[in-house]
Amino acid sequence: MRRYLLRRLLESVVTFVLVTIVVFLGVRALPGDPARTLAGEESDPATVAQIRHDYLLDRPLPVQYARYVLKALTGDLGRSARTGLPVRSTIGHALPVTLQLAMFAMVIAVLIGVGSGVVAAVRRRTATEWAANSVALLGLSVPNFWFGLMLVLVFAIAFPILPASGFVSLFDDPVQSFRHLLLPAIVLGTALAAVIMRQTRSAMLEALSADYVRTARAKGLGGSRVVLGHALRNSLIVVVTIVGLQLGVLISGAVVTEQIFVLPGFGKLTLDAVFTRDYPMIQGVVLVTTTAYIGINLFVDLLYSVIDPRIRVGGAVL
Amino acid sequence: MTLLRVDELTVRFRTEDGPVLAVDAASFDVAAEEVLALVGESGCGKSVTALALTRLLPRNATVAGTVTFDGTTLSALPESALREVRGRDVAYVFQEPMTSLNPVLTVGRQIGEVLRQHQKLHGAAARRRAIELLDLVGIPLPARRIGEYPHQLSGGMRQRVMIAMAVACRPRLLVADEPTTALDVTIQAGILDVLRDLRTEIGMAVLLITHDLGVVADIADRVVVMYAGRTIETAGAPALFARPSHPYTRGLLDAVPNPARHADGGLREIPGRVPVLADSPDACTFADRCGRADETCRRHRPDLSPGPAGHPVRCWHPLPVPEPAVPA
Ligand SMILES: Nc1ncnc2c1ncn2[C@@H]1O[C@H](COP(=O)(O)OP(=O)(O)O)[C@@H](O)[C@H]1O
Ligand SMILES: [Mg+2]
Repeated sequence: MRRYLLRRLLESVVTFVLVTIVVFLGVRALPGDPARTLAGEESDPATVAQIRHDYLLDRPLPVQYARYVLKALTGDLGRSARTGLPVRSTIGHALPVTLQLAMFAMVIAVLIGVGSGVVAAVRRRTATEWAANSVALLGLSVPNFWFGLMLVLVFAIAFPILPASGFVSLFDDPVQSFRHLLLPAIVLGTALAAVIMRQTRSAMLEALSADYVRTARAKGLGGSRVVLGHALRNSLIVVVTIVGLQLGVLISGAVVTEQIFVLPGFGKLTLDAVFTRDYPMIQGVVLVTTTAYIGINLFVDLLYSVIDPRIRVGGAVL
Repeated sequence: MTLLRVDELTVRFRTEDGPVLAVDAASFDVAAEEVLALVGESGCGKSVTALALTRLLPRNATVAGTVTFDGTTLSALPESALREVRGRDVAYVFQEPMTSLNPVLTVGRQIGEVLRQHQKLHGAAARRRAIELLDLVGIPLPARRIGEYPHQLSGGMRQRVMIAMAVACRPRLLVADEPTTALDVTIQAGILDVLRDLRTEIGMAVLLITHDLGVVADIADRVVVMYAGRTIETAGAPALFARPSHPYTRGLLDAVPNPARHADGGLREIPGRVPVLADSPDACTFADRCGRADETCRRHRPDLSPGPAGHPVRCWHPLPVPEPAVPA
């Protein structure tokens, strides 16, 4: 088990290094003068010279790379070509918005997705399963932006009970934060819920027909003990995997959702950076995103071993 | 005293390939503290019969007939009342110890569940009892095993855990569905010993399902032979081995590896295979594989009635009772 963790950690570090190289080369591979590119389209020669000096662009690539990594490690990601503000603090402001939105959305997605997935599996071949499947299909096929606009129309304009835009941090005012994030989290969460529902349902169908479920019933356990304590407990691996994979989707989904609800989040930041060719910002955004992905993957792997003793003890699976 | 009475038990499945009649008006009794063997080839409906006793079958099954346990008609009980019976009065051991235990729960937890459900034992008390039970079924170092997961145990140990779980509440009836079939021959005897010891110690009856007549000879008091969903012969174990009346029973006996009986050491398998029936035919279901079958067998349904050997048999042309060997 310890060896396995060590190996995973090492893999993560390697992945991370590869990503930094790709990000680093990305900007330098663009046609034209990298200093100009990094400085932004309409920058004066002084700024460009400053950048060339700052980024050691007149030195060999390995030196440049080493400096880039060292700086990134100390948290210095450069300055935005658009606003001139440090990339790090700009991301630092935007990230909590997206994280809070993503967490909220994930809670909604897991509650709805796992709940309806379990119900659909247990009530197999009934109207309930059919209804759950149809809703899931609807959730998958309705575009986020349309669903978001509909929610705004209904709950912010026709019946103004929730704000249509803006962000309040959970740590400043939980109630206001909840009210501001509810609609975007629903938009983002329901799309995920559909995916989670389908995976949960098929994992549960398999688990429910397993021999150990028959044993559990033969012991005289009640329905909920059998379904939740045995079948769902065995399906958790699938649920955790899908949730882990979907965290990535969640971040890209956040781009659209933040746009609709005018949330000053990471998604909006990314979009703005891309549209204005703010390369230092793009570099920072990509770095943070991949770090998050790697971290999530590592975390999911750790969760596996918590959930499945065959991975944790004895190492029969790996 | 009759503990379990199965009367005209019929089980049908709805499947994608049409209806399947798995159990066809099977009837038999299990007396208190006796070991009754239910034998027959694979696919004869033994497992389905076992599961039908406490309605453990999947939802595509329909069950008819009555099952009476200790004076209570189980087939009339609501699910909630039946849950009280399962695991407490009627307990099960299944064929596959590999898949019948939950892979993600510890052995102690899985035994503890039964204790909590039926005896309201929690925490340290449940743990103590679980250790006792593991010890009872002959698992070494039970206090350590309790925290282990099924994949850490060998097949034989897993089956012992299944047995410990089944006898946790000292059931009146243990249904053991091919408890040794999936195990190594070397381990089978040990498992049978555990079952035999527990049966005496707890005073429970055992419905032992098997297709292995060696196992039957080893521990059964009485035998019910099943074929294509029907019960076709019932007798005390010695009587059945000495004076089989149904040609199918004879065939099963001949298929047992027995170097003494077959000088060449080869087996005489019954030709053909168990039919999967959609409905109950007005005929003997074994007729197609039977050397003694005639028109009567193919057109009329035989009843289970006393045969030439004095025990019930469902056959138009039962085998004659062999001449007793003349003592030298
Ligand atoms: N869940 C099921 N759905 C459909 N048919 C089944 C099901 N379970 C068992 N059967 C059928 O019932 C018959 C008897 O099966 P079973 O009781 O398992 O035989 P065995 O005597 O080997 O234990 C077989 O023909 C089998 O295909
Ligand atoms: Mg079977």
